[in-house]
Amino acid sequence: MNTQPIVENRIWQPEAECLPRPQLRALQASRLREAVSRCASVPFYREHFARLGISPDQIRSVEDVRRLPLTTKADLRAHYPLGFLAVPRDAVARYQGTSGTTGKPTWVAYTRRDVDHWSDLCARFLVAGGLRPEHTVQIAFGFGLFTGGFGLHYGIERVGAAIIPLSSGNSERQLMSMQDMRPEILICTPSYALKLMDTILNGDVPRDSLALEHAHFGGEPWTEDMRERIERGLGIRCWNNYGLAEVQGPGVSGECAFRNGMHIQEDHFLFETIDPETLEPLPDGEKGELVVTALCREAFPVIRYRTRDIGIIYADGDCPCGRTTRRMSRILGRTDDMLIIRGVNVFPSQIETALMRVEAVAPHYMIEVSRPKALDEVTVHIEMQPGLFSDSMRELQSVRDAIGSAIFSVTGLHMHINLVSPNTLERFEGKARRVKDTRRLVD
Amino acid sequence: MKINQISLFLENKPGHLNAICRTLSEKGINIVTLSLADTQQFGIVRLIVEDWQRAKDALEAAGHIVNVREVVAATVADRPGGMAEILDVIGQAGVNIEYMYAFTFRHGREAVLVFRFDEPDRAIAALKSAGRNVLDAVSLFSEAR
Repeated sequence: MNTQPIVENRIWQPEAECLPRPQLRALQASRLREAVSRCASVPFYREHFARLGISPDQIRSVEDVRRLPLTTKADLRAHYPLGFLAVPRDAVARYQGTSGTTGKPTWVAYTRRDVDHWSDLCARFLVAGGLRPEHTVQIAFGFGLFTGGFGLHYGIERVGAAIIPLSSGNSERQLMSMQDMRPEILICTPSYALKLMDTILNGDVPRDSLALEHAHFGGEPWTEDMRERIERGLGIRCWNNYGLAEVQGPGVSGECAFRNGMHIQEDHFLFETIDPETLEPLPDGEKGELVVTALCREAFPVIRYRTRDIGIIYADGDCPCGRTTRRMSRILGRTDDMLIIRGVNVFPSQIETALMRVEAVAPHYMIEVSRPKALDEVTVHIEMQPGLFSDSMRELQSVRDAIGSAIFSVTGLHMHINLVSPNTLERFEGKARRVKDTRRLVD
Repeated sequence: MKINQISLFLENKPGHLNAICRTLSEKGINIVTLSLADTQQFGIVRLIVEDWQRAKDALEAAGHIVNVREVVAATVADRPGGMAEILDVIGQAGVNIEYMYAFTFRHGREAVLVFRFDEPDRAIAALKSAGRNVLDAVSLFSEAR
């Protein structure tokens, strides 16, 4: 446990973040009861509750959450697009999306009040990690369906700081803005920060031409080793936060000035750790799959959502920052085959969907992910098959380009396409291991 | 007047072309001519062999994907300007060449140009009416021996 703060210890909503634990538990229980009643308008939950004989008045304590059904990404997909919407469409203020396992996104929805909560929850981790109203913040996350761009935007706006919504990509423009507009805070993926750092350390952009003090990273897993490199290289503080679109987006948990893990915003999210095989609850301190219940969400309430993220909820007592909330580790892995590439969630099954758009019978393929420098690179190796082959070079190249565009349209990522000879990729008995990932993403 | 050519996908890696040649040699199939079109990463091997069906079967049995395409072979005098003359005829006929390659017979008096046309019949008619020698399979393989 760190006992010294790295920056001044500041708390955005002390009345919520520092609520004494008995009161916090009581608040969670009453909010869980309200969430269960809201869920009664979602057919998926209504059916499960009926089958399990559950009504809201039976929810008396936080432990009762274990009587409720788990929700998976497959459940969301089975009710595509908006089967989990718990309010009329005219009450929705915002739709966002995250990767689906096939060609279509998983849609999520927010009421005005959901967006209002989201703003405060993002403000909490931003303020804990150095943000002040007088700051200027450059957001290098995409502003689109991805929850990162808008979530952080709302949090910064709530605090009253100035935003440069530069969006993702185009390093030259990012660095130009960092030099000319002099933001103190940068929001991006950690690997993008490494890429920008390379340019800065090469001397193309002098460090003293920048005003940078802090960076808030999200969108992909990263390591303490990366934190040390970036903090040392740029002389800034780098902060970690966690969230996922299915329960809100960023703002679910985040680090405080003492950096003893990420404080879970427990007044809004009920966290459990389960064994991904037996689905049995695990005690705090044990590594397992994180399961999240969104306690306050109106438009898109999810109960016991299986995040597929592996982490630890710490059991080592209170953090000196004064918050009473439990803290969690970094994300230590996944219990499914989802990849995070340049901050974008990708499922191997999406590649298969894309390949089927080009050729009715999906060829054998293998996905190779690496990080040769700062940024992720993906090569999809595809075995030639009769329907893909042509003796004209132009047609063969257009087949390769068509595969590349189909993959881009499904995943939003440009990947290298490598056509290989038939029968050269490894065959698998049973479950295919189609991904070769050589990145080092966890400590 | 058209010749069957077989073509295969080839990964640009050491030993891959050799594997193809070895499969044919094990079956006693002689390669009359071979052409390679390649990019940094992959290529297409185009082969003219006398018994194309047996070659195709052998290569497919070895796991290759084999296409059979009709090409047109025409002879030209093996001297400066020989090829330009025949390309003039094709250009005037307005036929598009998808790809072409050339080789010479062992006796060395003539060169053979192998064309893949978008409209082979129109190209053959134009070449013949210009007095050009278009080879059929029988004469191509007997000349090649």
